[in-house]
Amino acid sequence: MKNLFNALVIVLFAVLGLTLIWVILELQPPTHVHLSKQVLTQLDASGVTHPVTAVLLNFRGYDTLLEVMVLLLALLGVLAQIGKREQRNLSAWFRLSQPYLQVLLWLVRMIVPLMVLVAGYLLWVGGHQPGGAFQAGAVLAAAGVLLNLSGVLPSWAEPAWNLRTGLVFGLLVFLLVAAAVMVVASPGLLLQYPPASAGMLILLIEMGLTLSLGLILAGLFLFLSGDAIEDEAEK
Amino acid sequence: MSSALIYACTGAALFVFGVTGLILLSHLLRKILAFNIMGSGIFLVLVGLGQRSGTPDPIPQAMVLTGIVVAVAATGLALALVRRLLHFTGEIRLPEEP
Repeated sequence: MKNLFNALVIVLFAVLGLTLIWVILELQPPTHVHLSKQVLTQLDASGVTHPVTAVLLNFRGYDTLLEVMVLLLALLGVLAQIGKREQRNLSAWFRLSQPYLQVLLWLVRMIVPLMVLVAGYLLWVGGHQPGGAFQAGAVLAAAGVLLNLSGVLPSWAEPAWNLRTGLVFGLLVFLLVAAAVMVVASPGLLLQYPPASAGMLILLIEMGLTLSLGLILAGLFLFLSGDAIEDEAEK
Repeated sequence: MSSALIYACTGAALFVFGVTGLILLSHLLRKILAFNIMGSGIFLVLVGLGQRSGTPDPIPQAMVLTGIVVAVAATGLALALVRRLLHFTGEIRLPEEP
């Protein structure tokens, strides 16, 4: 019975896959919608010269605003799972005392500052080349994970007020800019930056987002990695 | 057949593999992996179809960039839930249907 069901599912999805590929091959480019042309013609008013950044933070800025909220919600979900426990990274002291791990520690101390530098570069370059707050935040988060895995940075427990501030900082900056622009520059319109200052506002939002996204993405790992130590201790 | 269409067709194949795995595999970690493969397939279809005309379309690229970050966060949440399930029941599988 189970084998029959499995075979049925596989056949069904094989047919679906072939149909999808056939549809993709037959699909004609849309003739009456020219969104990418509209983006390119409006690019001068967006304050940045890279079209993807312009779409992300200007033309569809509210998408990004809501996305940051989704990320915060996911992190809150993770925080709800770990519960209130005191977490100490006991393995860090152990690791630091092992002579054969000096190579790892040296490498981490070399690489992590470089990663912070790369994150800053990605943030800056996002205005005119591929890059931006999400890529920079991902590099920062990777640096945090690397530090944790090599035992330099302890896992995070219940976040204190400074970590909480960091986690919501990007969203707060984004909301403040949105509110200020709505009141001062274009009343009644959400995230309609005045073209003259759009570049500065986008860079301001991206700086806040880089910090917060780095902390949020690192938190998805660091809040959970401490739990494992405790689980092992229980067993 | 242009390279953009090859990307889109590969994406469709990955999507189908992902959905099949999501339904057939019972281990929850494998389900999460299958879910990610499925999502990557959708991203590949979007990006591939967006550059059929030769120049990349920025709008699907921005959507995919948003999607990747949300997928990472959703995976983290799913892993947290799986770990909680492991803590309570001692196994990483959903209970069998009666």
